[in-house]
Amino acid sequence: MSVTTQDLPSARRSALVWTSGIAVAAVLWWVVYHRLSAAADWIVAQLPVDPASHTGAALAFFFYDVPKVMMLLALIVFAMGVVRSYFSPEKTRALLSGRREGVANTMAAGLGVLTPFCSCSAVSLFIGFVSAGIPLGVTFSFLIAAPMVNEVALILLVGLVGWPIALIYLGFGLAIAIGAGWVIGRMHLEGWLQDWVREIHSGGNASGADDSTSLTLPERYRKGLDSLREIFGKVWLWIVLGIAMGAAIHGYVPQSLMERIMGADAWWSVPAAVVLGVPMYTNAAGVIPIVEALLGKGAALGTVLAFMMSVIALSLPEMIILRQVLTLRLIVVFIGVVASGILAVGFLFNALF
Amino acid sequence: MKDVKVYGPGCKRCQATETMVREVAAELGVDVRVEKVTDIVAIAKAGVMSTPGVSVDGRLVHSGGLPDRSRVAGWLAA
Repeated sequence: MSVTTQDLPSARRSALVWTSGIAVAAVLWWVVYHRLSAAADWIVAQLPVDPASHTGAALAFFFYDVPKVMMLLALIVFAMGVVRSYFSPEKTRALLSGRREGVANTMAAGLGVLTPFCSCSAVSLFIGFVSAGIPLGVTFSFLIAAPMVNEVALILLVGLVGWPIALIYLGFGLAIAIGAGWVIGRMHLEGWLQDWVREIHSGGNASGADDSTSLTLPERYRKGLDSLREIFGKVWLWIVLGIAMGAAIHGYVPQSLMERIMGADAWWSVPAAVVLGVPMYTNAAGVIPIVEALLGKGAALGTVLAFMMSVIALSLPEMIILRQVLTLRLIVVFIGVVASGILAVGFLFNALF
Repeated sequence: MKDVKVYGPGCKRCQATETMVREVAAELGVDVRVEKVTDIVAIAKAGVMSTPGVSVDGRLVHSGGLPDRSRVAGWLAA
C-alpha cells in the first residue's frame, strides 16, 4: 500500500503543515533580521538630515532598534507561548505541594517563569495555591518571579543592552523571588491573610480543566500565535515610545547630568530609583529602552537595575488587586521584603562595577 | 438545557469566551443557559486558578486562556 498524504490521519497531516509553515517563517525571519542594519541606514540616508548630527544619530538608533526588538520579541514570545502550553497552574501546584521550603521556593521561582500567568488571575491563582496547602512564602516566590522574570524583559535586555546584563537580571530576579519568598515564609504570616481566604479549601476538581497534557501540536502552535498577538498588541506602542525616548536621551541629554544624578557615587540614587519605580506602572517593554539609554549615558548599573526591578515587580495596581486577599500589613511586609532585595542588588552592583 | 458558567473577573478574554460559548451553542442548536461569574471569591471557590474558566453542568472543563472553538463544540455536544 502506498503511503500518500491522503492516508495520513488528518491530525498528523495538520501537524506537518503547521511545522513546515513555521520552518518557512523561521527562515524568512532570519533573512530579514540580518538586513535590518542596512535598511535602517538606507532609510536615514533618504531623510533630509545629516547622518552625523544628533538628530541623524537618534533617527538611526530608532529605525534600527524598533524593528530589531520587535522581531526578537516576536520570535521569543511565540516560542514561549508554545513552551508554556506544556505548563499550567494546576501542574505547577501539584509540583510544589508537599515540598520542603527552600527547595519549593526555588522551584516556584523557576515555574513562575514558565507557567502561563496573567495578572488578571493573580488572585484566583494565589487562592488556588494557598488553599491547597502551599506555604505563603512559596506562593510569593511564584508571584514575584512570574511578572519580573519574563521573556519580554529578557529579550529587550538582550536586544538593547546585551546578554551579560540580561543574564544578571535573570539571575538576580530569580534570587530576589526565592529570597523574598523564603523570608516571608520564615515569618509565618499565614494568619495575615483575609479571613475568607483561609476558609476556602479548594478540592482538586480543577484537574479535569487542565488541558496542558492533552493538546495537539497544532493547538500548541496556535497558543504560541495567540500569545504573540496578545502580547504584541499590548506592548508594541510601549516599545516604540520607549525606544523613541531612548533615542532622544542618546542624542540630547548631557552625560555629566546623568552621571551626577544616577552615577555610582550618589548612594541615595538606589533607594530613590526604587521609590520612583513603585507608582510607575509600565511593563518591561516600556522601561527597558529607557534603561539602555540611561546606561549609555553613564548611569550606574546597580541604580538602573534597581529602577527596572522596582517598576516591574512592585506595581501599585497589582497591590490593589492583591489587597482583596492580603491584609494591609501583609502587603506592607511584602513590599518591604521585595524592596530590600532590590536595594541589595542595586548597592551590590554599584559597589562591584 | 445545558448549564454553562464562565468564570472570569471581566478581562477581555473572559468576555470573548462567553461570546464564543453563545455563538457555538447557537450554531449547534444546543439549548444553553450561560452565566458569568465575576466574583473573585466564587471563582476561587470553584477551583479555577487561571481565568477564563468554563464549567458545563457543574463540571469544570477549562481554565486559562481562550478555549479552542472545536473544544467548546465538544463540551456542548457531549
